[in-house]
Amino acid sequence: MLGISPSMALRFEVLARHNRARASRLTLPHYEALTPLFMPVGTQGTIKGLTNDQLEDLDCQIILGNTYHLALRPGADLLDTIGGLHKFMNWPRALLTDSGGFQMVSLLHLADITEEGVTFQSPVDGKPMLLTPEDSIQIQNKIGADIIMALDDVVKTTTTGPRVEEAMYRTLRWIDRCIAAHSRPHEQNLFGIVQGGLDPQLRDICLEGLVARNLPGYAIGGLAGGEGKDAFWRVVAQCTAGLPEDKPRYVMGIGFPLDIVVCTALGADMYDCVYPTRTARFGSALVSEGVLRLTHAAMATDYRPLDSSCTCMVCKRYTRAYLHTLVTKEAMGSQLVSYHNISHMMQLSRNLHSSILEGRFPDIHGGS
Amino acid sequence: MEFTVRACSGHGRVGSLRLASGLEFETPSLLMITRRGLPVVIPPEMLMDLHPDSRACQFTPMHFLEDPLAAVVAKAGGVHKLASLTGFAMVAVARDSLGNEIAGEEASNLGASFETSSGRRIVGLEKYMEVVNACKPDLWVSLPDEVPHWVPEKRNRESVDHTSQWLDHCLSLQHAEHGNRCLGVVVGAGSLEERARSAEQAATRNVAGFSLAGFGLGEDVAQRGFHLEVAIAKLPNDKLRHVCGLGSPEEVLQAVGAGIDLLDSTYPYMLTKECLAMTFPLKMEVPLRNADRDMQPTPDHGVASGFSLAKVNLRSATYGGGRIDETPLVTGCKCYTCKRHTKVYINQLLNSNETLAQTLLEIHNTYHYLEFFKAIRESIKADKFHEFRTWFTSQRVFGMTYDVSESFVA
Repeated sequence: MLGISPSMALRFEVLARHNRARASRLTLPHYEALTPLFMPVGTQGTIKGLTNDQLEDLDCQIILGNTYHLALRPGADLLDTIGGLHKFMNWPRALLTDSGGFQMVSLLHLADITEEGVTFQSPVDGKPMLLTPEDSIQIQNKIGADIIMALDDVVKTTTTGPRVEEAMYRTLRWIDRCIAAHSRPHEQNLFGIVQGGLDPQLRDICLEGLVARNLPGYAIGGLAGGEGKDAFWRVVAQCTAGLPEDKPRYVMGIGFPLDIVVCTALGADMYDCVYPTRTARFGSALVSEGVLRLTHAAMATDYRPLDSSCTCMVCKRYTRAYLHTLVTKEAMGSQLVSYHNISHMMQLSRNLHSSILEGRFPDIHGGS
Repeated sequence: MEFTVRACSGHGRVGSLRLASGLEFETPSLLMITRRGLPVVIPPEMLMDLHPDSRACQFTPMHFLEDPLAAVVAKAGGVHKLASLTGFAMVAVARDSLGNEIAGEEASNLGASFETSSGRRIVGLEKYMEVVNACKPDLWVSLPDEVPHWVPEKRNRESVDHTSQWLDHCLSLQHAEHGNRCLGVVVGAGSLEERARSAEQAATRNVAGFSLAGFGLGEDVAQRGFHLEVAIAKLPNDKLRHVCGLGSPEEVLQAVGAGIDLLDSTYPYMLTKECLAMTFPLKMEVPLRNADRDMQPTPDHGVASGFSLAKVNLRSATYGGGRIDETPLVTGCKCYTCKRHTKVYINQLLNSNETLAQTLLEIHNTYHYLEFFKAIRESIKADKFHEFRTWFTSQRVFGMTYDVSESFVA
């Protein structure tokens, strides 16, 4: 039985196209965003050491919070009492929360998926616990993000066999439970997640099922997990072709700039990944030519900024040589590289949007 | 560089310091801590607007001794340009206040032992001045042979002799175009005679001011007072006085009361590391709360003492129940953190090991400490420094700090 189609709490207007790529305006309850956009991931809603002012200076439009971590600390009820994560963090722009399922499966001991939900061992006392679709939505309702994600049954793309099909059908059954449990459809947008592994038929069934539920937006899940690039593009292309034109499309877990450009060309609008901040902690900076390893000895005598085309605070003030001396010795070193890397991703987002808008999309990123 | 004493209250004085760069500020002044030229956790682009007085920093030349950083700072044209802190005062202090290492027992005629990036080594005069000249600080301390008060008399005498010879040697090696920026070191810990001798010698040199060393090494507080007094009595009134190693509020008050103008202090950062927020009142007119009067004072645990007013351990207790504290760290504080964030939020960041917690706490603690220094200056201008010091010390045992790592779900 189909769930009742939830109301939308967003407006999505395609402003320009180039072939399949679109430049759009995504109006959310807390913020009017321009897509394509990259969403930095902040486990507790903060992005590794960056202040709200810095995030605004960097033009971050939507930030991702992890439901699993937030539910543990400070807890959904505390956030509810305070009035939601926006108020708690004092973040004036948009937020997106994931369902909590993926983190559990990847982080927790003896996590298992049944028809009921995700069963796992409580990290606090080891007791068996269960996260159902209803639980996930209820927690996300309390967190209060502009966009919330359905609990899906996600399998690695390298998985083969009946498990992939089982997960896809379960995802469809769970979306109805998510829709039914969603108590704030006028304030929060529930996105469905397309599963089905690398199997085009399964993907088709899932697409059809989710589109019929008339959700505010859709995510393409289960990718970026070890599949080959060709398989990756193929699945994205198939999904964007099968999703409605007038709703946002979010490819989950994508952070390599090249992947973002290709997915945009295939018609996707939103991306998230821990990659930019994670790679900064290892002293790697994202630059127009690729990845710069600041720990490399050659950096010690390189007096150029990280990226000559970048206008961020770090590139205006500091040289590669100075950053090289900082990255292994001072926390401030990786902090500055994180700042630049986020700036790089935000600049990429802006470039994608404006190049599509101005009809010159294929010309950008000739090198990357 | 110009230093003019503007007001006095006892031996404490307010001065105005105008550096060769044109930057001008009032003393007594706090020098904020940097490492390799940058603040430890505060985003550098936030430093300028952190507080009206957040303009003066210390740095340790010992971090810049070796390549690649030695070459990088030279190529950049000094530490201001390297760290993009033009518009700030950068004061070179040999002693690494965060590392808290001093020369101690080892020294030779050629240099003293310091902790550097490549471990403990003897730093010679030529090398030290090479780094100082490459860094181009606004003020710099001469190479000290700094010893704690418990060393034998002979070693103490030797440290005074070394320090004086090295001051002359440093002066001979300073770049002429940088003008008079040297703070001549005064040592002598352990012996008031040696302290006086060291001060007398430094006083005759052509320096911008003096840096009193050998403090903050576990010496008796009263003894410290005598040493400060004895040294300063021998120093000219119209020159700057810096002290290293002293940083807590009581130490600041004692130093300022003796006539000190500049202090580099790690106190805000030490609190931040312990998840404590600085909350002590700054205005004499604010009466103690009745609840505070009934509290028992706690013994001094060193730098970060005081107790929190609501101690519930979030880690063991369950959430919920009771009031969630959505007030800022200090109500009415105008720092970046207090204008935007609540205790419950910062507590949450700390419990999640988020580095943003340190950033937000350090911004507040630095702001609060700069306000403390401002209150000190105001009291001197009103010729009420002694009253201020007495008031502060008497209310000091109540509610000095707020332990943000514990819950405030009361």
